[in-house]
Amino acid sequence: MIPARFDYVAPTSVADALSALAEAGDDAKVMAGGQSLLPILRMRLNAPETVVDLGRIEELRGVRDEGDHVVIGAMTTYADVLASDLVRQHAGVLTDAIEEVADPQIRHRGTVGGALVHADPAGDVGAPVLALDAELVVTGPGGERTVPAAEFFRDLFETAVGEGELLTAIRIPKHTGWGSRYEKFVRVAHQWSIVAVAATVRVEGGAIAEARIGLTNMGSTPLRATAVEQALVGKAATEDAVREACAAAAEGTNPPSDLNGDADYRKHLATVLTRRAVLAAAGA
Amino acid sequence: MTAVEDRPKTEIGAARKRKEDQRLITGRTKWTDNIQLPGMRHLAMVRSPFAHATITGIDTSAAKSSPGVLAVLTGEDVKDIQGGMANAWPITEDQKAPVHPAIAVDHVAFAGEIVAVVVARSAAAARDAAELVDVDYDELPPVLDLKEAAKDAVLAHPSLGTNKSAFWQFDSAGAGTGGPVDEAIEKARADGIVIEREYRQQRLIPAFMEPRSVVCDPTGEQLTIWTATQVPHFVRIFTALVLGIPESKIRVIAPDVGGGFGGKLQHTPEEVIAVLAARHTGKPVKYTETRSESLLSGHHGRDQWQKLTLAATKDGTVTGLKVDLLADMGAYLGLVTSGIPVLGAFMFNAIYKFPAYQFNCTNLFTNKTWTDAYRGAGRPEATYAIERLMDELAAEVGVDPLEIREKNWIKHEEFPFTTVAGMTYDSGNYEAATARARELFDYDGLRREQQERRDRKDPVQLGLGVSTFTEMCGLAPSRVLGALRYAAGGWEHATVRMLPTGKVEVVTGTSPHGQGHETVWSQIIADKLGVPFEDVEVLHGDTQIANRGLDTYGSRSLVVGGQALVMAADRVIEKAKPHAAHLLEASVDDIEFSGGQFKVKGTDKGKAMAEVVWAAFSSHDLPEGLEPTLDADATYDPVDFSFPHGTHLCAMEVDTETGQVSMRKYVCVDDIGNIMNPLIVEGQVHGGLVQGIAQALWEEAVYDDQGTLVSGSFVDYTLPTAADTISFVTDNTVSPSTTNDLGAKGVGEAGCIASTPAVVNAVVDALRPMGINDIQMPCTPERVWKAIRSAGSDQADATTGDAQPHFDAGAPNQAPPDPSSSASAEGADQ
Ligand SMILES: Cc1cc2nc3c(=O)[nH]c(=O)nc-3n(C[C@H](O)[C@H](O)[C@H](O)COP(=O)(O)OP(=O)(O)OC[C@H]3O[C@@H](n4cnc5c(N)ncnc54)[C@H](O)[C@@H]3O)c2cc1C
Repeated sequence: MIPARFDYVAPTSVADALSALAEAGDDAKVMAGGQSLLPILRMRLNAPETVVDLGRIEELRGVRDEGDHVVIGAMTTYADVLASDLVRQHAGVLTDAIEEVADPQIRHRGTVGGALVHADPAGDVGAPVLALDAELVVTGPGGERTVPAAEFFRDLFETAVGEGELLTAIRIPKHTGWGSRYEKFVRVAHQWSIVAVAATVRVEGGAIAEARIGLTNMGSTPLRATAVEQALVGKAATEDAVREACAAAAEGTNPPSDLNGDADYRKHLATVLTRRAVLAAAGA
Repeated sequence: MTAVEDRPKTEIGAARKRKEDQRLITGRTKWTDNIQLPGMRHLAMVRSPFAHATITGIDTSAAKSSPGVLAVLTGEDVKDIQGGMANAWPITEDQKAPVHPAIAVDHVAFAGEIVAVVVARSAAAARDAAELVDVDYDELPPVLDLKEAAKDAVLAHPSLGTNKSAFWQFDSAGAGTGGPVDEAIEKARADGIVIEREYRQQRLIPAFMEPRSVVCDPTGEQLTIWTATQVPHFVRIFTALVLGIPESKIRVIAPDVGGGFGGKLQHTPEEVIAVLAARHTGKPVKYTETRSESLLSGHHGRDQWQKLTLAATKDGTVTGLKVDLLADMGAYLGLVTSGIPVLGAFMFNAIYKFPAYQFNCTNLFTNKTWTDAYRGAGRPEATYAIERLMDELAAEVGVDPLEIREKNWIKHEEFPFTTVAGMTYDSGNYEAATARARELFDYDGLRREQQERRDRKDPVQLGLGVSTFTEMCGLAPSRVLGALRYAAGGWEHATVRMLPTGKVEVVTGTSPHGQGHETVWSQIIADKLGVPFEDVEVLHGDTQIANRGLDTYGSRSLVVGGQALVMAADRVIEKAKPHAAHLLEASVDDIEFSGGQFKVKGTDKGKAMAEVVWAAFSSHDLPEGLEPTLDADATYDPVDFSFPHGTHLCAMEVDTETGQVSMRKYVCVDDIGNIMNPLIVEGQVHGGLVQGIAQALWEEAVYDDQGTLVSGSFVDYTLPTAADTISFVTDNTVSPSTTNDLGAKGVGEAGCIASTPAVVNAVVDALRPMGINDIQMPCTPERVWKAIRSAGSDQADATTGDAQPHFDAGAPNQAPPDPSSSASAEGADQ
């Protein structure tokens, strides 16, 4: 597994990275943790002329508290997010999901930014980021723009990050005190999600006051189950009430059919897993 | 001091940690791929992307002018010197097989077949140039499905005129070992029970840890081949036969090898190509496959359809079993491809007393990677079929699955017992193993829990699965192999070399690749010769050192190779006795050997082994006629197979909402005769269990309808890890084998053979009240859920055969945003 030849640059600032990208033009690839990019290069599915490694850009790493928001630098590794109390407290469903990503080696290298830009519909961070109404900070030659998560994921392996641009940060509005659960369904432990559901809910006096639900691998992008979210509002956090509200979890989705299951099976799973995730998130 | 005090009384039976593990686990050893030779060149293979095609032209010019390239060889270039890969097991006189060139010349028969090789200064340069080899193919229709292949409508090899390679039958009436099976079935149809089932043995990939690798050095009098193989001796013989090189000019070395599971019981095209490339360039060459190449083109295993008819009386006494197999050879016959299903022929009757039995097997070609040995080879297929059927019979009769087995099994006082398949089981005690397993498992308690869950309609149901397996291993008596038309024998060889300083070198013809022979062979010699464990060095895997041997597979190394070792050690003692007698000025007849001492009977005069060895070495005053060496060797041809058995009990929970299955408890009590090292046995059992469970639940090599291997990486070939398994409860009963001095039986494959039906039986048992009596392997959650959903209807839903891309070629990420492509996301918002 030897990739084709490429030039390699490792800038130390976002500005330098952007100019390296501009200079390299069409045939450049950004590398974050390399956990998805390197297999692609090694299997020779892609052969960029230049690889721009973001690994030395310190300003892109780490988790910050910005008042109403928790901000995660794009180059923060899964392992660093898992170690962050800020994320655990205010965006628990992201912690829950990352606990389920791959294995310790990959979590040590892989980054949240890399995963989001790679935009594998079976990837585990898209759904929680979507459910949490996060904003993605995209930086390009023309400066910085902020894209709501709902507009970030365009298609299979395709996001709002354009050519010559970088994802630099993920801004997550605090969901302090919300319960959370990531229900990931796999056949073997180290697998990508066949289907997964990210649920985070706020319970008030035994009833669900607010709910946010993201679906993994139920279409070409992560999806929000907004109908279920609405149906849950005001419902008692009980098995029966939640079951009814979650019945429509798979409506309007277009999941893939593959070795792990066909679309019908995935739709069925999404319904069951949504119920289980919501109940667990509600502490029921 | 403490080391000596802690020393076990006998080494045999002690739970020694493996002496080879330090170097194997830390990687501080010589794997083939670590080898660097001066001037070494590197190979990259060009492989066919098509399952079936004619090669109409190959343009190698761009590759040849790529930097660092020395040569590009195609099939056309080597067609007169490459010979054909060999099949050592023509199971019938009229077996058909296509010519199997190492490099395809004008026809490719599976995706992954090699069409050219690049020789370059670096592995990277070779890979770069391989991308530039331009091959023109005319695609031909592939035949992929085994049942389609049987129809001969589409041919895997048009020049062969048929997909049928051979038909092989064993019939108990014909062999005189039992009655006619058709009569038994007729009778059962009239007044008994007939169970008819069709089971699928899915295609599996051995998936050893170390990918295959070969280095060939042509710069010496002997051509030296290092290769990650289980069978260096076979590689030597077949390199000679295939390429017409005198065997004496070939040295093959299997250095440390990282697993095989049968997948390295092969003489590979890559090994032949390495020799061709080394001789062509006059330089040492190396080839190491990628994991993708390994999954694609290393041989696969299993892949059968099994049509089974079991006849019984109304009370559940089996009166006959008929087996009709279709076995997928894939595109070619490898070293023992054709014989693998036949190894199962003697095991479908398992531990039971069946009065009539017939086994029919049709070997068929398809346009897929060829199949060959994979852990258990033939016996897991047989064990699966019969253990599944016994559960079905129990359900039909309405009794517990253990009860139906007990009604039919051979009782311990009936050993030795000659079966309806003509095998003589030397020893065993199915009652004892089953009683112990039942107790460890809390069988009755779990049955009660199962009933409670059924009663309260728990969404998570519990199922209990049984497998009371036996198998035949310790391959193999040469006369039996001859009768089965196998080309080679089944003996094994050992040499014991007594070094002047009292240390011992053991040379074994077995070829360990993770089993721990170095440890166990040392334990045996320590006891036999009374030398410290640490003083024994075990040498193997180099035809220049271990010149005689038939290598490691079929759980043969201890029961055949270990017996050869015992015989060689005994010969050392016999050879040493006259030396000791001379030193002790006694008569040879008065010399006894025990605990490392030669003693004169009835006196306390004695000499230690080391003293005798030194005297023989210095040989200053040897009496006339006494040879100045104590070294000895022995070649042992086993008198029979070895028949380990055991009772495996498995509890599975089935989430009826999702189809997810999870293991709750697994107990196995194996009887493998005397145990040399319980720790190693435990390791073999655990690994085997996981591999067998993986067939039941996780692994399957899937091809799409073009003949592309969909499960071509570990993303889709879902190999389990420790994270997917539970803690197993293992125990043993001991019925020593009577056919070797160690009393040992093979254990290398037992866990893998036994566990698969135990797991599937448990899954089916959980669902049987819903009217479900089978789930095809692997029992994926989707298959389980679909079975539940369609329970009652007779048509099971099909499953899908595509991979999901995680490393998409197009992976744009930086493509300019295209507003229209977000439609699907919005459409899904509710
Ligand atoms: C064996 C294995 C198992 C896995 N299992 C899972 C799993 O269970 N769940 C899961 O979610 N994921 C899984 N992954 C994927 C893993 O999470 C990857 O780490 C992740 O998809 C990519 O993160 P990375 O930092 O390694 O990115 P890279 O591989 O470096 O980059 C991925 C892509 O994003 C682009 N990119 C990266 N960062 C930026 C940026 N800041 N701005 C613009 N473009 C950028 C790159 O150009 C590239 O195209 C698995 C991977 C492997 C190898």
